[in-house]
This record gives sequence, C-alpha cells and structure tokens, in this order.
Amino acid sequence: MANKQPERPFKVYTIKEGTVIDHIPRGRAIEILRMLKLVDSGNFVTMGSNFKSKKKGYKDIIKIEGKELTPEEVNQVALLAPKATINIIRDYKIVDKFVVELPEVFEDMVKCPNPKCITNMDPQNAKFIPTFEGKEMLLQCVYCEKLFKPEELNEYVK
Amino acid sequence: MDFKGKDIISIPDISKQEIDHVLAIAAKMKKKPNPSLLKDKVLASLFYEPSTRTRLSFETAAERLGMRVIGFAEAGVSSSGKKGESLHDSIKNIGLYADVIAMRHPAEGSARLASEATDKPILNGGDGANQHPTQTLLDLFTIKETQKKLSGLDIAIVGDLKFGRTTHSLAQALAYYNPRLYFVAPEALQMPDHILKFLKKNKVKFSQHEKIENVINKVDILYMTRIQKERFPDPLEYERVKNVYVLTEDMLEGVKPNMKVMHPLPRVDEIEPSVDKTKHAYYFQQAENGLYVRQGLLGLVLGKLK
Ligand SMILES: [Zn+2]
Repeated sequence: MANKQPERPFKVYTIKEGTVIDHIPRGRAIEILRMLKLVDSGNFVTMGSNFKSKKKGYKDIIKIEGKELTPEEVNQVALLAPKATINIIRDYKIVDKFVVELPEVFEDMVKCPNPKCITNMDPQNAKFIPTFEGKEMLLQCVYCEKLFKPEELNEYVK
Repeated sequence: MDFKGKDIISIPDISKQEIDHVLAIAAKMKKKPNPSLLKDKVLASLFYEPSTRTRLSFETAAERLGMRVIGFAEAGVSSSGKKGESLHDSIKNIGLYADVIAMRHPAEGSARLASEATDKPILNGGDGANQHPTQTLLDLFTIKETQKKLSGLDIAIVGDLKFGRTTHSLAQALAYYNPRLYFVAPEALQMPDHILKFLKKNKVKFSQHEKIENVINKVDILYMTRIQKERFPDPLEYERVKNVYVLTEDMLEGVKPNMKVMHPLPRVDEIEPSVDKTKHAYYFQQAENGLYVRQGLLGLVLGKLK
C-alpha cells in the first residue's frame, strides 16, 4: 500500500504528513469540516469540491496537514459520508488507508431535532445510536428515544 | 436476579425475564406486607410536573416499606428548576442525599439523563411523552392477576393510540407474551407506524378497528384510554368521535365472563360510572396494584429483594 501511486487529486495539493478524507458525497465536505472542528484546529486544511470520481459522479475531498485522524474521530464522519475513505499520509506517502465504519454511538456532533428532548434544555449533548430497519439506517436519540433518518440530522450538525 | 442499583427508565431496556421477576416480586408484596424492609432508606420523589396519582403511589409505596420521603411536588414552587440549575446538577446533588430517586419531568429523555448524573437508581415516573415504565409494569401485573397468565391473551387497546405513551409501551411489552392485539381508535389516532413495525418484526398478530363493539366480545382485556380534545386539529372531528369511544354497561352484555376493563386513570367520560359496579371493572384495583409494583421495584433496586 505504501508504494501505491498517488491519485490525481493528491497532486493538486500534496500534503507531507496528515490525513486525506476521500469519497465524501458532493457538497458535504463543509459540514465535515465543521463537525470535526477542523477550522478551529489551527491545522492547515484544504477542501475540494466537484472532483470527478472514478466510480460515480462527483465527490468532495478534505486534506488535513499535520494531523492524523484516529479511526474513532473518523467514524463520526460516517453520519455524513458513510462511504468515505481515509488516507493517512507520512512523508508524502499513503501509509494507511481505510473505509469509515459505523461507530456504536454518534456523539458531540448533532443536536437532537426533537424540541422536547432534554438535550435541548440541559447542557448535555445528544447521542445517537445507529439501528437498522431492514437495510435502512436510522439513528435513535439515546435520551428521547426518537428515531431519525440520517438526512433529517444534517441540518442539526453543530 | 440482581436488580441492585438498576435504573427503571424505559420498557425496551427490560428483558422478559426481568419483567417476569418484577411481577413475581410485586405479587409477594401484595400478599405479605413488609413494613420495615427499607427502614432508614430515603426516597427522593421529584415531580417537576404535577402528577398527584403517580407521586402518591410512589410515596405510599415507600412509606409502606418504612422509608422516608423527601422531594417536591412541583419544581415551579421549589428552588431547583426555577433558578435555572441544570437537571443534571440537581440530580447529582439530590443523589447525595437519597438512596433512590423517583421522578417525573416534562422533557423527553430526562430520566435517562438523570441516570447518568448519579449512581443512585432512578425510577422513571414519566418523561414527557416518552416512557412511563412503572405504569406498564402495573398493567402487566394486573392483566396477569385477572387472567392467571400473560401469554396468548386477546387484548383490545382503545382510545388515543397515536399520542398515548401508555398504549405504546404496553403493546411493546406485550410483544413478549404472544398476544392477539386489537387496536380500536379513530383513524387519525391509530397506533403509529414505528409501533406497528415493531409488532410485525416480533410476529405479533394485530388488527385495527374503529368501534369497540366490533371486538369487545372476543377479548380477555379491554384497555381503555382517554381521547383528548386537544389532539384533534379539527374540533368537529372530536365531536364526531367522542361518543364512539365510551364504554357503557349494556355493551358488556355478550362479553367473555373473564373479561376485565382496565384504564390508566384518570378517566373522564370514556367509561360510564355504571360500569364500575360490574364484575368486569378492574381499573381501581389496577391503580392499587401500582403500589405493589412500585414497592417491589424499590426493594429490588435497593438490593433488599432478590
Ligand atoms: Zn432526543
């Protein structure tokens, strides 16, 4: 894996050490930046939109210089980009590459859309657990127990 | 079975074995009072919104086991809540004084949040429209008491099935016991989709009806609930259905001899007072059973009953 040739998008803004999040659905990168608090992190971050994807249509890409995201951090991305791949870069080379996995719980990233939920009154953050109804993923608020489709949560990203 | 320290927050958290155990313990409490079982233990009874019935039931259950009770009946008139202290902090504090906390709060998920704020067991007496598990447990206890079993019964649930959390939890809990369910409600107030999906997934047989008369002669339990006027966007629609979901004495003519009428109370008009004196009325005994179920839970979560 380490000697794999860099793909075209990496040439645009090559990073020396850090993380590339690839295969983000078009238009979602901005929300992911927000969710991972990357702008505030002080790291050098570049974001690209409308890259042509080999497999299907267009995609977004995020590159973070000087920060290797942990799988746990990255899994939180699964809410917005369930098919994203993560490339860990050291000395301009991809040293690790993995696909995001659904975490057991989504924490600290989304507010509960239910206005009667205690998390909208107390300082406690909402948490969501993925559950499946057939193939469809739904997210259940740990507190009010209401079920939501992932796209219903998008506008509640903090 | 060890319940010590366990929270009772939500019916889906509780397994069938656990439910059966709680019901067995409650039956023991009903048979044989135990006035000093929890002597010197303290119950905090925290009612952030009024519910005289549930509060008195919890507090009486505690007193009957020798406990002392602290708390408030309405947060509006006490300090916490008003000063803007978070629920988390007030529960954390009260957890230092009490051995167990019974609470009702208007926000959904409040009991779950409370359980994270303290190590002391939380008994959820209602968190908004979400859960009210002790009600469901006392319902199951009463069904079992009247029918001598829980499995394979024909049960009709009548009234506001859309917004009534009592009916949702009851249907979910009954799914453990292979029932045949009849949902009787005006179309606009029928069981929500997620409950029906849950029942299908658990292979529960059910059907939906618009009239009590269509099912009353088939069932072992007729579980009545109130239809609230505020639930109807159109007041005219309420006027149209309000008399359809009223149980009268003459409707009981052809019912099974073992059939019992239940209701979580308070009732308004949906059961005529003349039904009270029939052998089918069981709603007041049902309310009394809440006492034994709550006694059982207090003993269990404090580790004094196994
Ligand atoms: Zn919630």
